[in-house]
Amino acid sequence: MKKLVFLLFLILAAPLTAQDSLPPAPYAYQQLDDPALEAKAHELMVTLRCLKCQSQSIADSDAPMAGDMRHQVRTRIAAGEEPEAIRAWLIQRYGDYVSYQPRVTASTWPLFAIPALLLLGAILILRGRLRKAK
Amino acid sequence: MIAEFGLVALWLAAALAGLQLVAGFTGVRGGEEAIARLARPAALVQALLCGLAFLTLLWLFARTDLSVALVANNSHSEKPMIFKLAGAWGNHEGSMLLWVTVMALAGGLIALVERRLPERTMLATLGAQAFVGLGFYAFLLFSSNPFERLNPAPVEGNGLNPLLQDIGLAFHPPTLYFGYVGLSVAFSFVVGALLTRQVTPEFARVMRPWILGAWVFLTIGITAGSYWAYYELGWGGWWFWDPVENASLMPWLAATALLHSASVLASRDALRAWTVMLGVIGFSMSMVGTFLVRSGILTSVHAFAVDPERGSFILALLAINIGGALVLFISRAGTVAEGERFSVLSREGALVINNVALSATLGIVLLGTLYPLMTEAFDMRVSVGPPYFNPVSAIFVLPMLVVLAVGPLLRWRRDSFARIRLPVVALGVLGVVVLAGVLLTSAIDILPLLGLVLSVVVMVGSFLPLRGRSLRRLPLAVWGMVIAHFGVGVSLFGMASDTAFQQERLVAANTGDVMEVGPWQAVLAGVVPVAGPNWTALEASLPLTYDGKEAGEARPQARSFWSPPQETSEIALVTRWNGQLYVGIGNQNEDGRWQLRLWWKPFVTFIWYGGLLIALGGVLALLGRLSTDISRRIAARKIADRRADEEAFAQEAGA
Repeated sequence: MKKLVFLLFLILAAPLTAQDSLPPAPYAYQQLDDPALEAKAHELMVTLRCLKCQSQSIADSDAPMAGDMRHQVRTRIAAGEEPEAIRAWLIQRYGDYVSYQPRVTASTWPLFAIPALLLLGAILILRGRLRKAK
Repeated sequence: MIAEFGLVALWLAAALAGLQLVAGFTGVRGGEEAIARLARPAALVQALLCGLAFLTLLWLFARTDLSVALVANNSHSEKPMIFKLAGAWGNHEGSMLLWVTVMALAGGLIALVERRLPERTMLATLGAQAFVGLGFYAFLLFSSNPFERLNPAPVEGNGLNPLLQDIGLAFHPPTLYFGYVGLSVAFSFVVGALLTRQVTPEFARVMRPWILGAWVFLTIGITAGSYWAYYELGWGGWWFWDPVENASLMPWLAATALLHSASVLASRDALRAWTVMLGVIGFSMSMVGTFLVRSGILTSVHAFAVDPERGSFILALLAINIGGALVLFISRAGTVAEGERFSVLSREGALVINNVALSATLGIVLLGTLYPLMTEAFDMRVSVGPPYFNPVSAIFVLPMLVVLAVGPLLRWRRDSFARIRLPVVALGVLGVVVLAGVLLTSAIDILPLLGLVLSVVVMVGSFLPLRGRSLRRLPLAVWGMVIAHFGVGVSLFGMASDTAFQQERLVAANTGDVMEVGPWQAVLAGVVPVAGPNWTALEASLPLTYDGKEAGEARPQARSFWSPPQETSEIALVTRWNGQLYVGIGNQNEDGRWQLRLWWKPFVTFIWYGGLLIALGGVLALLGRLSTDISRRIAARKIADRRADEEAFAQEAGA
């Protein structure tokens, strides 16, 4: 029985190991030669979420998927694409979840409206509080 | 038997909390005095019993009693003793027991020593403390019993994960819990003061040491957590705006605001309603933090929905405590008079701005942390990360830092700009010089730029309140303020400097290759296998030079643990006074080259030095307040003694 379970485990794990043993894409762990382009790529990478990790950007992660995404970002930047176009492409592919920089949409507007209200509230409180006191 | 003993002690402690609650509120309503008098002893005995229950759990872990489910799941007979003990609170049930134990000990301490407030207010405070405590006892006894038995007992325990055997990890959670519990004490004082309409300077003075203590623990907890993430995650990041980090940052922000507000109330009898409100918010944030970390909601909202028992319990406690306190606050708001007036240009004015800015920042962190959880519940997944938190919170934090540099120069109540013109203009000039200097020498983003400028202004400005004062006779609390404010500047300097000037090199290197990063040069001398007690590793050795001079060696490792199997990257840090070199080693490519990652992080260490300075400032202020209190008590006792002597003498003479 134990042997059977072990065999089953091996079969199930096979695709996993196959995936892991693939060599990482060239630009996963290698920077672009042009420092200006690399800086541009880095700036974008820190705002993209590693989908397999907890709260890390793809620039902060060892996960193979983050490596693949770094490779994608670097090659596309090197090919002259604009960072925001790459972000849009990734969002199209993985959804809003992949970008740490929320867009203003029907489901995210409170993220921007509430800070504006807070600012307004803060100003009003300060005005009321400080003027009354004079 | 021993586990049952602990359980009985816990039940008895809960019963005494019930007695304390009844006695406290009997006293508040002016009922039977014989019952009211039981509140203080009840708090003391409760503290003893709860402490006993916790010691029992420690004992079970030290003995590795595997018939107890918690021990079997989280410990192992071959763990080193220190990690066996730390295992007692390194899990859900144990950590909640630690929480109530610390809370009961705090309640016992108040009952024992605190006699400055009117007795009715004290009874109300103890009653409130017992009420909050009862909720947590119920949580422990009904849904998280740490003493549950396991039958049959397993032969060996489950918990030998070597990755979790880290001394930092063992002491990080209790540090934050002490902070959370300290805020619960402040909360009880607030409820007591509201119930008996005693929102007075004396109340603020009594509450202040608890806020200070909580704040110091939170500061240390956040600083240590940030450094731990920095060296453990292996990519050089030190703050991720992760919900778990935010769970500790939010109570800290609230406690910082509360601390300043309570200071105003204590010395000027102003900002009464603010102080009360912030006291409620501070504990709310502690509970929100506990909820986020303990409910499992962070792994996935859906996982939480499947097994919501614990999360719902905490949520219910949160709703009852906070909702109740808010209703009380609203019903009493009219009777809490506004307090003393002050002009805009005064110490109070500056502190009001600080309070509002801190509260708004707290609001933004709360929004950014909870919003993704809420949308996820509706199957819309969004991420809120650094590109959102950094600029949006900066709207409030940057002006606050300006006020931080100038505010302590102002006098209480009313001041004139003419009096502080010289230092303010000097700070302004300093800021412009730094700004111009940075702009001329490098091109950096706006936020780190402003951060650099303000950090220098804050660092220098924090010492200006010492001008013209006798340093020897300066109260300890003022030193505390100066050092804590200086620490804020230091920490900010580290953050801005690392963000603006860090340099990164990711390379695939052969033996003998030379890599340059910033002023450093590193040579890959070789990669050799090494072995530890439960791991094997590949260790690279990289001799270093800094500015052409030899500067030691970096030895990063790629470790493989075998039980459980897991790969980790042990980075190498080379610390200089002006920053750190951060080196990590990854996998070997097919062509035989090694992936190396190097960062030069100028002044990054200042982030944590600053955090420690802030905590040190808090400790000094706490010591200052306590010693004043103690010397006052001694003086009062002497006066009372002398009066008794005189009376006795007069009586004798009369007789």
